[in-house]
Amino acid sequence: MKRWGVLIGFLVVALLLTAGIYMAGRDPGFTRAIPSPLIGKPAPAFALPDLLVAGNTVSPADYLGKVWLLNVWGSWCPECWKEHGYLATLSREHGVLIVGLNWRDEREDALNMLRRAGNPYAAIAVDPHSNAAVDWGVYGAPESFVVDKQGVIRRKFVGAISPQVWATDLGPLLKQLAAEN
Amino acid sequence: MRWTLLLSLLLSAGVWAVAEVREFDSPEQEDRYRELTEELRCTVCQNQNIADSNAELAGDLRDKTYRMVREGKSKGEIKDFMVARYGNFVLYDPPVTAGTLLLWVGPFLFLVFGGWLLLRLLRRRRDRTAVTVDEAQLRRAAALLRGDEDPKA
Repeated sequence: MKRWGVLIGFLVVALLLTAGIYMAGRDPGFTRAIPSPLIGKPAPAFALPDLLVAGNTVSPADYLGKVWLLNVWGSWCPECWKEHGYLATLSREHGVLIVGLNWRDEREDALNMLRRAGNPYAAIAVDPHSNAAVDWGVYGAPESFVVDKQGVIRRKFVGAISPQVWATDLGPLLKQLAAEN
Repeated sequence: MRWTLLLSLLLSAGVWAVAEVREFDSPEQEDRYRELTEELRCTVCQNQNIADSNAELAGDLRDKTYRMVREGKSKGEIKDFMVARYGNFVLYDPPVTAGTLLLWVGPFLFLVFGGWLLLRLLRRRRDRTAVTVDEAQLRRAAALLRGDEDPKA
């Protein structure tokens, strides 16, 4: 009788562990996602050089009145390559305003990636020394922040944006934010 | 030999810490920097503080900490800065809030639960092993202990 108790206890623990591993494997953000304290706070300001237009600076203030996405990326980041094509589709076909934060990258490598995988970005801020990245609480790439018309961060997404994530999560949120004034 | 090897391995853990040359205005500043980098957690390698971690992000956070220390910022100011961006998660010693309460109380709950389990187990075992011994059995046991032949055999 007591043996059964031990066996059932063991099975319960084994089941929990398996469920944990399964969930962690399914969602790349699961193990790393730390809730951001910046949600509901104004997007931290920066003024960084534009990767594509010499002499230009990119700043979150430029996008006040618009709903936009800050996408943190680098050519060294495999998950960024994975989402890059879909981001390009989003900006081209769905009119999503995506601003890039090119993080810890080499200029040539970054440009090369854009040539090969397309350019989803309206502008790209260059942040080789993590000045803006630390201010935004970035701890990995890719990470994407949804900023509303008031310039307030409404959502942070860690990991590659997939069509599924867009359809169920980010897409509806952007639609809802676009309807706010 | 084996022990000295093991010991030297254990003691060399400090060698893993990242060597960086930093200049400070005062020993007090250096202390503040050292304490902060030991108390701030590396968010990508979650079981290390930023002093021990080789991750690039940890390097960024060390740089930021260093710059703020040189600017004369206090420990509290620098910690607040980090928490505002990365949340309480960056602190190895998170404050007790509704969200971290389980973290603080959890081990004690486990202790109480484990103690209760142990008590129950011991009590059950005692009940089961409570055996009555009569006089004849005791005499036989004493005889066996003295080394006599088993009177029953």
